[in-house]
Amino acid sequence: MDFIVCVKQVPDPEAPPASFKVDPAANKVVPPPGVPPVISTFDEIAVEAALRLKDAHGGKITVLSLGNNLVRDVVKKPLAMGADELVLLEDPAYEDGDSWSTAYALSMAIKKIGAYDIIFCGRQAADWDAGQVGVGIAELLGIPTVTLAKKVETSDGKVRVERVVADGYEVVEIPTPCLITVTNELGEPRYAPLKGIMKAAKIQPTIWKPGDIGVDTAQVGAAGRRAKLVKLFQPVKEGKCEIIEGENVADAAVNLAKRLREAKVI
Amino acid sequence: MADYKGVLICGDVVEGKLAAITGELLGCGRKLADTLGEELSAVLVGSGVKGLAQEAIAQGADKVYVVDDPLLQNYQPDVYVAAVEKAVKQVMPKILLMGQTSVGRDLAPRLAFRLDTVLSMDCVDLDIDPDSKLLLQTRPVYGGNARAIFTTDRMPQMATVRSKAMSALEPDASRQGEVIEVPAEIDESVVRVRFVEKVKEEVAGVKLEDAPVVVSGGRGMGGPEGFQQLEELARLFKGAVGSTRPAVDNGWVPSTTQVGLTGKIVTPDLYIAVALSGSSQHMAGCSGAKTIVAINKDPEANIFREAGFGIVGDWKQALPAFKEKVKELLAG
Repeated sequence: MDFIVCVKQVPDPEAPPASFKVDPAANKVVPPPGVPPVISTFDEIAVEAALRLKDAHGGKITVLSLGNNLVRDVVKKPLAMGADELVLLEDPAYEDGDSWSTAYALSMAIKKIGAYDIIFCGRQAADWDAGQVGVGIAELLGIPTVTLAKKVETSDGKVRVERVVADGYEVVEIPTPCLITVTNELGEPRYAPLKGIMKAAKIQPTIWKPGDIGVDTAQVGAAGRRAKLVKLFQPVKEGKCEIIEGENVADAAVNLAKRLREAKVI
Repeated sequence: MADYKGVLICGDVVEGKLAAITGELLGCGRKLADTLGEELSAVLVGSGVKGLAQEAIAQGADKVYVVDDPLLQNYQPDVYVAAVEKAVKQVMPKILLMGQTSVGRDLAPRLAFRLDTVLSMDCVDLDIDPDSKLLLQTRPVYGGNARAIFTTDRMPQMATVRSKAMSALEPDASRQGEVIEVPAEIDESVVRVRFVEKVKEEVAGVKLEDAPVVVSGGRGMGGPEGFQQLEELARLFKGAVGSTRPAVDNGWVPSTTQVGLTGKIVTPDLYIAVALSGSSQHMAGCSGAKTIVAINKDPEANIFREAGFGIVGDWKQALPAFKEKVKELLAG
């Protein structure tokens, strides 16, 4: 089977919350100094989902990423994990897109890649948390899609997916070609072994500019946006924590219960 | 834009009843419609949903469009998106709202791309811009670290709304409204994703989303054993146990207990956060709690910036003593 996995480079979401800063004039997040970007968490899990199917049935995994100034060591991580090829849509014109312009460019690139059985995406990216690009690609390509997968298996050309819902999960079957978005319940992505990192270092990414995928620069990135960002801001936290003390932890715990009763919380 | 009018909300029907989010959508939609001086409509899709139309009117709708068909019993994305698309094209609303629920978060983006418009998911605030009259869509971004306000001139302006972010109106049974049936006319050839079965994993007892007290454990619990103690504490309050993503990813607790951006949103009176650091992703699911209490051995943990009360120390020493004292206080 052939797989395509869409991944996004984002500021590290595990960076300490105190280091998170917004530049209000530019309406942009200031990347925390000294913290390198990463592949968005759910996208790494999407790579893992594809690798598990490749381990079981063989096949080829093409990784696709869109952005500008993509850090090679970062976007090559899926290759180090075991993916085969890397296509980068890299150009200033792709920057600052919304879900629509991003899904449009990715769908055009996928048409150019051609043959595939399953496209994997993360459920949402760790920066804008929009949660639409995967479904959008499927709609633009006219292929079926299942969201929030926690398990994906294939047999006899059928794909069986367990998708997470509020009170459990649903089991569904979907024909190929299709697109599946994955969620963290699928499990931890594997580590990249040293051998994989060395292999990845030798793989040259294919780079496609807007013209290469047959799109006008007015349709991608900031120019192609349909959702206008009016304002980006950090909510103010006025909370002040009252730390309850005691002779020891157990004593503090007793005092906490008393304090909560006094404050009519319990 | 002239052809588009009013506000349409897409109701969520769960086990034959209007879900709480439907009331919240109607409450919020009513305000937006009144600001615009236009109508509020609701669309209900499912099997046997016609009887719920009056309830939607009581909660604020002027018109209720009903797509009622036995084939719409379970959520099947291909069929549902076609049914809602048909209703939307009949209503032609300026604003289309759905719930950020299991159904909404799957259905809304499909519909947005099919209607060739854009969508803001998981909105916590919606308002009308006084000048442009466009919908101001506020949603958390960057794992809850920031908020962003979006607008668009694509119609309909679409948003999904986070549960418990908006208030429902007091139902008024005397309100009058119109019920319009929209034939589903389901074309089974559109069905590509086949539903096999549903597996319920809900834990016994009080539902997490409805619990007045939630006791949550995180990575610092170190394993599934500690959650037994959280369970005992929750039971004293007739509450429920929650968890963080690391606790779920480690397999200590089922994913249905996860609180946060990608889990459940809870708004209890009391949220007791045990051995969890309070990441933005987690806080996105519980910051609506009236009081947050933190038990953590790291005084620098972010949870102490969010909590009202806290103790610094090992949960293993704190919890038994806390539980005993709570038991005594609640009994007395």
